[in-house]
Amino acid sequence: MSDAPVIEVRGLTRAFGARRAVDGIDFALETGDCLALFGPNGAGKTTLLRMLAGLLKPTSGTARIGGVTLPGGAAVRAAVGIISHEHMLYDALTARENVEFTARLYGVRDPRDAALRALERMRMLDRADTLVRALSRGLKQRVSIARAMVHGPQVVLLDEPFTGLDAAGAAALTAMLCELKRDGAALILVTHNLSEGLELATHAAIMRDGRFVRYEPCAMLDAVEYAVSYRELVIRGA
Amino acid sequence: MEPSLFSSALLIARKDLAIEFRTRTAFFSAVVFAVLAMVIFFFAWDPTSVAAIDLAPGVLWVIFTFAGLLGLQRSFNMEQADRAIDGLLASPAPREAIYLGKALANLVFVGAVEAVTILGVALFYNMPFGGRALALAGLAFLAAVGLVAVGTLFSAMAVNTRLAELLLPVLSLPFFLPIVMPAAQATAKLLAGRPIAEAAGWWKVLIAFDIVFVVACTLAFPFTLEE
Repeated sequence: MSDAPVIEVRGLTRAFGARRAVDGIDFALETGDCLALFGPNGAGKTTLLRMLAGLLKPTSGTARIGGVTLPGGAAVRAAVGIISHEHMLYDALTARENVEFTARLYGVRDPRDAALRALERMRMLDRADTLVRALSRGLKQRVSIARAMVHGPQVVLLDEPFTGLDAAGAAALTAMLCELKRDGAALILVTHNLSEGLELATHAAIMRDGRFVRYEPCAMLDAVEYAVSYRELVIRGA
Repeated sequence: MEPSLFSSALLIARKDLAIEFRTRTAFFSAVVFAVLAMVIFFFAWDPTSVAAIDLAPGVLWVIFTFAGLLGLQRSFNMEQADRAIDGLLASPAPREAIYLGKALANLVFVGAVEAVTILGVALFYNMPFGGRALALAGLAFLAAVGLVAVGTLFSAMAVNTRLAELLLPVLSLPFFLPIVMPAAQATAKLLAGRPIAEAAGWWKVLIAFDIVFVVACTLAFPFTLEE
């Protein structure tokens, strides 16, 4: 990685037919930054994350990770971890096998240990040898988080990661994200929960119709005013 | 250090085989299909008008082709459930490694189905494969390479469509022809006890199509994943 911002997005646009799901997004994040991304369903948040993960090609604009323009190569993909709506797990494998498989794909040294450590951080060690199909939705989400973090990503893309987690799971995830920030990772956290997002964020954005209708550093942000603005922009659709 | 093309492919193949070994759904479906097809062919066969030696190559290749399709269908279905494919695509593994890994797992699957089918046909039609068993296994392997190369690619293309189960055979079968035709011809010569050199032309055609399909499908695969 170079001295460039960890994530740099310029005019990023993705159209599906005539509809622009993401429409000219610009922002940059440095090491240890966390962007909390709010917005109604269909605002384009997931599409933005999928482009940054290299799962979707932009129609126009550029996204750079560590100074490398996406889609980039294996090194760029190895620096990114993504947690999505779907768990990206294999039902017929155990929690450990799923995480270990990912660790091996990313070339992590001692993949078995790394998988067990990642599961331990998500308080899943006692279920490590349980088949994923036998886990509840919340426990699957914990395994999915362990899978996304097992290679120690420098960029973490989280699409509603708290969905389905109980208090213990949410606490474990928050602790893990704080640790990642401390270690210099840049995070993008998509959530519908303002307090959850703002607790971790250094920057906040509200997205609607593919655009950022608000974007600012959290240091300049008045939480009460932000909540009122969020309600107006998202819930009332002003 | 990111894993290489081949180590990523091996990882993916091992994972697919572990899942198949644990669930055994596709293998059992394919074997049940193969046995039922053998039984149907057996009872529809009039031994007074067609000799077993003339019928067996056709029976073998019809069963290989359709039983193989059952396994190929499942290849990308397991990735679609829970969007596990996104985990593979977001990883540093080259796109080609995903294809080669899937193809390798499918090759083991089709090879296992072929082994069961060859044994079944030997029993049902009292075919003394004996001395020709090795040559027949080689032929089955070469044909499996071609079938799997094409089938894996089309399985990836079809999986995102609403009519995936219909689309895979419709797309694959025309491309299976250049594989099945020389394989069936060479099998007929083998079972008739003719020298292998007599079928050398068919073997060469089979090998040529294998090379063309493996290279072309590996190169084409990354484009099937674009959204």
